Amino acid sequence: MNMKKYTPVFCLIGAAVIFQIITSVLNREFYLTQLTMSAYYCLVILGLTVLMGYAGQISLGHAAFFAMGGYTTAVLTTWNLAAAQEGTLARLVVQLGLSTASTNAYGVEIRHISPWVSLLVALAITVAVAFLIGIPILKLKGHYLAMATLGFGIIVYRIVLGSRIFGEADGISDLPPFRLFGPLYVSGDPALRVQNFYIAAFLVVLAVVLLQNLIDSRMGRALRSIHGSEEAANAMGVNTARYKLHVFVLSAVFACIAGVFLTHFNGGVGPSEADVMKSVTYVAIVAVGGMANLWGALAMGMALNYLSLRGYFGSYDEFVFGGILIVIMLFFPDGLLKKENMRSLTEAAIRMKNKIWKRKNELS
Amino acid sequence: MKQLSRSFGGLRAVDDVSFNVEKNSITAVIGPNGAGKTTLFNLISGALAPDSGEAYIDGRPIHRLPPYRIARHGISRTFQNIKLFPHMTVLENVMIGRHIRSRSGFLSAMLRLPGSRAEEQQIQERSMEILALMGIEGIAGQEAGSLPFGKQRIVEFARALATEPSLLLLDEPAAGLNMYETAQVSELITKIRGRGVTVLVIEHDMSLVMNISDMIVVLSSGKKIAEGLPSDIQKNREVIRVYLGEDNA
Amino acid sequence: MSFEQLLQYLLSGVTNGSIYAIVAIGFNIIYNTTGIINFAQGEFLMLGGMTAISLSPYVPLPLAILIAVIITAMVGAVVDFLIIRRLKKPTVLNMVIVTIGLSIIIREIALHLWDEKVRSLPYFTGNEVTSINILGAYISPQVLWVLGVSAVIVIFLGVFFKFTLTGRSMRACASNITAARLCGINTRNMVTISFMLSAAIGALAGCVISPITQTQYDCGTSLAIKGFAVAILGGLGNSTGAIIGGITIGLLEAFSISVLPLAYKDAIAISILLIILFLRPSGLLGKKEAVELKEF
Repeated sequence: MNMKKYTPVFCLIGAAVIFQIITSVLNREFYLTQLTMSAYYCLVILGLTVLMGYAGQISLGHAAFFAMGGYTTAVLTTWNLAAAQEGTLARLVVQLGLSTASTNAYGVEIRHISPWVSLLVALAITVAVAFLIGIPILKLKGHYLAMATLGFGIIVYRIVLGSRIFGEADGISDLPPFRLFGPLYVSGDPALRVQNFYIAAFLVVLAVVLLQNLIDSRMGRALRSIHGSEEAANAMGVNTARYKLHVFVLSAVFACIAGVFLTHFNGGVGPSEADVMKSVTYVAIVAVGGMANLWGALAMGMALNYLSLRGYFGSYDEFVFGGILIVIMLFFPDGLLKKENMRSLTEAAIRMKNKIWKRKNELS
Repeated sequence: MKQLSRSFGGLRAVDDVSFNVEKNSITAVIGPNGAGKTTLFNLISGALAPDSGEAYIDGRPIHRLPPYRIARHGISRTFQNIKLFPHMTVLENVMIGRHIRSRSGFLSAMLRLPGSRAEEQQIQERSMEILALMGIEGIAGQEAGSLPFGKQRIVEFARALATEPSLLLLDEPAAGLNMYETAQVSELITKIRGRGVTVLVIEHDMSLVMNISDMIVVLSSGKKIAEGLPSDIQKNREVIRVYLGEDNA
Repeated sequence: MSFEQLLQYLLSGVTNGSIYAIVAIGFNIIYNTTGIINFAQGEFLMLGGMTAISLSPYVPLPLAILIAVIITAMVGAVVDFLIIRRLKKPTVLNMVIVTIGLSIIIREIALHLWDEKVRSLPYFTGNEVTSINILGAYISPQVLWVLGVSAVIVIFLGVFFKFTLTGRSMRACASNITAARLCGINTRNMVTISFMLSAAIGALAGCVISPITQTQYDCGTSLAIKGFAVAILGGLGNSTGAIIGGITIGLLEAFSISVLPLAYKDAIAISILLIILFLRPSGLLGKKEAVELKEF
């Protein structure tokens, strides 16, 4: 095994552990809540990085896949089986052992569909939808692809917002916790903050490792070749249409998983998760992360989401985000995490110093 | 190749062209600009679909297949206006050529299963061998887009060769190269034929064509006007007329 | 459906459609010189409308609109001067991200300047209850203003691009930017002009529609999305396509309300747009090569 390749991964794990220990020691574990949420959003961003940065296909509709995950699990697991016991479907679910029991916020025990089942259903729906729309949509290019994916996102948003089953503008709340196994629960319970932080961190690390492996492989090369020249890739025997579709579905799956987990963590989901602006934000973060740069996207995704969720900028939150997009595109068009940037940053500092010096000399 | 035709709008860019390429030979396609040579290549490699006509390799029909399937039938090509993957290294470009000779998929790649790791090793070794054969192993780590023109041609050549083609289509391999580089290319083409590859080449450099090719096909305005040995073509009145104009004929 | 009802739907469809077409034309102007979609186009409409609304108590309405148009055009110029020009690596995607950032910033500034209140300009003629009877359908005179101003903008642009040197130079940039540069056209300045022009047109449109649709700090986003859809439907860069696309989408929306709940209005129009795109990947009047040329 190549140790050097995995050094950043170990650093990431180390950082997560250190952060957790510091917050616990300082009794500031509430910081972990937003970090956990940011980590789930980063799953979407990581998948999108492979689609956009490596395969070169833009998608302004990934919030839709996130919402598909979140809403599927929300609808299924909030379906009270005890109340619907008379229905044949409900009885069938219980008999097949697909249900589980948990206590809600008021201490009442409820019986509902197991989140594991809803996760699988959500994945099946997402994969099916991504396949079906991916086939025609990925034939489009550039702005046309952007519009089509944006349109897909709007359709999903409108359906979520306009349908009673999805709770319209209120969304769906009071989700039961997602019991992974043994004592591990995905839930917003403050007592479970630490384990939830590690669950999210584990998923992010897993995603990074899997995607990094993919990029470094024969498949990853094929994807990058599509970005370089689709015609040449085809002539080399790369089935470009199929690979574009596969990576589209893969990134949709990442978004869906993030949706399922974050929805259980938050205990609810609302239509803002499907909003077009969410999709735009994901794309923007991939871009400021340096496009074909998993680590850059992860760093920017964590930082920007965390700052925004913590509400550090108050009512100027959006303003700061817009400003960051422009500043990075102006001065660091390849993303922040690049060696050359560190160099140009020092150069800029030196230039600035010289200017001030000059000005001072002129004045005196 | 049988009666291949393709028109754009009202123009018949390739009109009823038929010819045969002998196994393990070097066949050159020549003709004035706009004769339809590159279109012919695009038809064979599947980048364009023929309006009518058929193409076979080793008796198997390929004229209805998409380009990536044709590549799997052992046809590889280079482009007149080089189409490398500019942001990938030279080695990676050549490794793409190994794509159809390897099989590991999305899942095994993501999980780095032992099979896919061994295969990756093999791809890399084979690609380095090809770079060595072309004499460019020294630039393996450089970004392809940053190389000088002549080097890019050779990299594209290497990439096409990495697919282990039985038929290699070279579209003006010497265009834009200086005399030294042209001689190098000529040497490479003969070397490749020596390894059992059939070569079909479009080229304007007549001395190169006459030197290396076994057979020559001449196109003009989309039609085949002559086919034969280099020595015959040199004497063919029709060819001379097309190249030098009516008066000299 | 009675004839009057049909006419009513038809008129409202054409009105909305012409608004979308104007937004789409704003997109096209910038697309043709830069190859990007300016995601802040909707904010230009909002800015024009808001500025005119703030000025209207103090100066006559026409003057307020004129000043609003000029101020917005200046904002367009400043955007190009301060940001677009200074991009180190002006790839299509980078520029698009910048315009997304811009749209967010303009919106937030507007929020802090004008708060969240919904405002609107007074009706240009009459008031909200005035209506004109056309063959049995009742419409507000403002609708005629919208249609009239849209027509004037289209005619003005037609003349501008055909008969003025600047307009022709911009068209040259659109068809081949390198060739235009070689012919001595200052392509940089053309980009500035295109930003000013599309900002001005956006502001004018923002003023005319304000009495009907009302203006709020975030009203630009949905208009921009519609305009983008229309520009794509018609074929990017093609203004005739934008008009056809705009009216198509406007009519689709108007008639979809008569069959399906209002909440699905957007979804219906967009679904049909997607189906058209799947059949014609470069839009109704778009050229295939144009799609290939300006990829990300």
